[in-house]
Amino acid sequence: MSSKKKHEPKFHIAKRDALAWWQSWLIRIAAVLAALIVCALVTVVLTGENPISVYVKMFDGAFGTKRRIWSLAQNTAMLLCVSLAVTPAFKMRFWNIGAEGQVLMGGLATAACMILFGEKLSGPALYLVMIVTSCLAGAVWAVIPAFFKANWKTNETLFTLMMNYIAIQLVSYYTYIWSVPKGSGQIGVINRATKSGWLPSLGGHDYLLNILIVAALTVFMFIYLRSSKQGYEIAVVGESENTARYVGIDVKKVIIRTLILSGAICGIAGLLLVSGTDHTITRDTAAGRGFTAIMVSWLAKFNPLYMILTSFLLVFFQKGAIEISTTFGLNDSFSDILTGIIIFFIIGSEFFINYTIKVHNSKKGEK
Amino acid sequence: MKLRKFLALALTATTVLSMSALTGCSSGSSDSTTAAATEAAKAEETKEEGAEETAAETAAAADIKIGFIFLHDENSTYDKNFIDAANAAKEALGLTDDQVIFKTNIPESSECYEAAADLADRGCNIVFADSFGHEQYMAQAAEEFPEVQFCHATGTTAHTAGLDNFHNAFASIYEGRYLAGIAAGMKLNEMIADGQFTEDEAKIGYVGAYTYAEVISGYTSFYLGARSVCPSATMEVQFTGSWYDETAEKEAANTLISRGCKLISQHADSMGAPTACESAGVPNVSYNGSTVSACPNTFIVSSKIDWAPYFEYIVNCVANGEAIAADWCKGLEEGSVVLSELNDKAAAEGTADAIAEAEKKLISGELHVFDTSVFTVDGAAVESYMADVDTDPAYTPDTEVVSDGYFHESEMRSAPYFDLRIDGITTLNEMF
Repeated sequence: MSSKKKHEPKFHIAKRDALAWWQSWLIRIAAVLAALIVCALVTVVLTGENPISVYVKMFDGAFGTKRRIWSLAQNTAMLLCVSLAVTPAFKMRFWNIGAEGQVLMGGLATAACMILFGEKLSGPALYLVMIVTSCLAGAVWAVIPAFFKANWKTNETLFTLMMNYIAIQLVSYYTYIWSVPKGSGQIGVINRATKSGWLPSLGGHDYLLNILIVAALTVFMFIYLRSSKQGYEIAVVGESENTARYVGIDVKKVIIRTLILSGAICGIAGLLLVSGTDHTITRDTAAGRGFTAIMVSWLAKFNPLYMILTSFLLVFFQKGAIEISTTFGLNDSFSDILTGIIIFFIIGSEFFINYTIKVHNSKKGEK
Repeated sequence: MKLRKFLALALTATTVLSMSALTGCSSGSSDSTTAAATEAAKAEETKEEGAEETAAETAAAADIKIGFIFLHDENSTYDKNFIDAANAAKEALGLTDDQVIFKTNIPESSECYEAAADLADRGCNIVFADSFGHEQYMAQAAEEFPEVQFCHATGTTAHTAGLDNFHNAFASIYEGRYLAGIAAGMKLNEMIADGQFTEDEAKIGYVGAYTYAEVISGYTSFYLGARSVCPSATMEVQFTGSWYDETAEKEAANTLISRGCKLISQHADSMGAPTACESAGVPNVSYNGSTVSACPNTFIVSSKIDWAPYFEYIVNCVANGEAIAADWCKGLEEGSVVLSELNDKAAAEGTADAIAEAEKKLISGELHVFDTSVFTVDGAAVESYMADVDTDPAYTPDTEVVSDGYFHESEMRSAPYFDLRIDGITTLNEMF
């Protein structure tokens, strides 16, 4: 045929119309399965183990013992909590990548209360002070960039990112000030003997209260975003600021109000991590959840109920990957590789949900 | 931190879509690891039934399973020292691959507790963690798993924690530092004799992590060792505020060199200071093990703790049903504190003999590193000092540690508590 025809690409990518819910979920499930197959392949190539036992190990890592199941639930709850916090901001198209710092500030405030007032205040009063200060600390850390964004259109991505580093340095500073023993740069477990300021364990389960609090937050956030007037305003501002202005929404107010909420929930996450889990604070307390939460939130399309599933999936795969690398005596980096593969597939599946690949048939006679 | 790494990984992966298929195929050539791992995995299946009921008292050496928690991996000189020792002990005790589990890159956060609990779940009867910040998480796990022994290096609280299965260990590394200091002093003498600088300019630079007693004890003993052969030596200390920060350590070493320090030593865990010395051509006394391969021209000697004797000790204790000491500290005599081989290219002549002589005296008790007649604080000799041996948040001094004319380091507690600021040493930044 003509030489012109030869230059035509074999396929092209086109945006597709919204898929039916079951179609998009089919693609997602296929992606997860594909990820599992590639993970097993990589592990088999490196260890010579049979693939079934790789999957067995993966499940074992997450569900193998009662303690692992609790740990899985706790980690899922913590990731979910931070994801809930970032969701309203993201739904508003406010790119808050500062959740890490907001969680740390909440944690730092909690730790400060436990150290300074641990012996001075009675139980309920101490908890109240801890809750108020941690929410406040997280909210302040989120509202500073929001204020600048609302008034002067500063870039919130850079601003919130930089706030993370300030928070990390503040934590470093205070861990030095409060370090035990002196000069060691470690706070150690706070109030180990008195357990004052520790969230109580319910029915002998240390993490149950954390999980219940996050469950309550999830329901709240679902209702808030779906049925409240404020939730609706967030959606409108996210779709188009001009539309929001046109219908009489005070965009500045919505931005600042939403970020206060976002930061306060991050503060709660910090509280749960410091008072309910670690009983101390280090630079690693947030453990990257502030960033992973963004993925959880996006994958779930900002729906708090789907976020339960996405955060569970990420934590499950992470635990499974750690189990595989420990069992087969591989360096810890191997679990990072496996988790990377899985996340890659999950994110990749979104591409196939939004776009379609049209293959051109170049046979003779075709148009 | 970890999850952030994953995120970065994922984002990179999205941009290089085609690469992912390649990584799967290109890694097929590692036959030796494959074989070893298969063996380990096979044995893994067979052992899992019996391990749980095995009480610590009745376990024979064959039933021992020991789990290690490391802060970093082999890239850190600190952790490499532990990993090498663990492998040496494994060999010496004839343990099989499935009796020893390593967990690397465990941060000093609740992840350490999870790792320790996980190792207990896997049927380990001993769990060991190597970093100071792991301590409280190990204690937490020890409370939860009373039948498992939790051993922790460099910690300070086991002797007061009241837990039968939680133990601290350290070594009298200050004696090793003192001997390394002698090598430094000999080198300074040689450079003075060569006319490179005058006696008064004999200044040592020291890169320290924190103003923590372990670091203070380390640089002071090093300095006293150097001064025992080069009386005019002075020292400047620059802190980095981190146990592992390659850039900061390199910067600190360069600062000290530009301030006129003629020789550098360090107490921080990256290769920052040694490599800075190699590029500047300044002699370096290292820590945690020999750095001669990276610094062939400037490395003199390194002191280190050899943890293999301790690992053998705890395994034997559990195998024989004996209690592990709550606070274990051994030194030169038992081979817990060792010096690396001297690098003849950099070390001064006669160094080996001088070190051997001092070592003999230290072992016999004729010589004490912190002899109160050889140092002063604010111009006065130290006759009494109350140290914070029983760790508490208020740093309450609780134990008299000076008697018989010397400061009794590492005798009341394995982790160092010497934190006097002696004359002759200037600390440049105290903020850490």
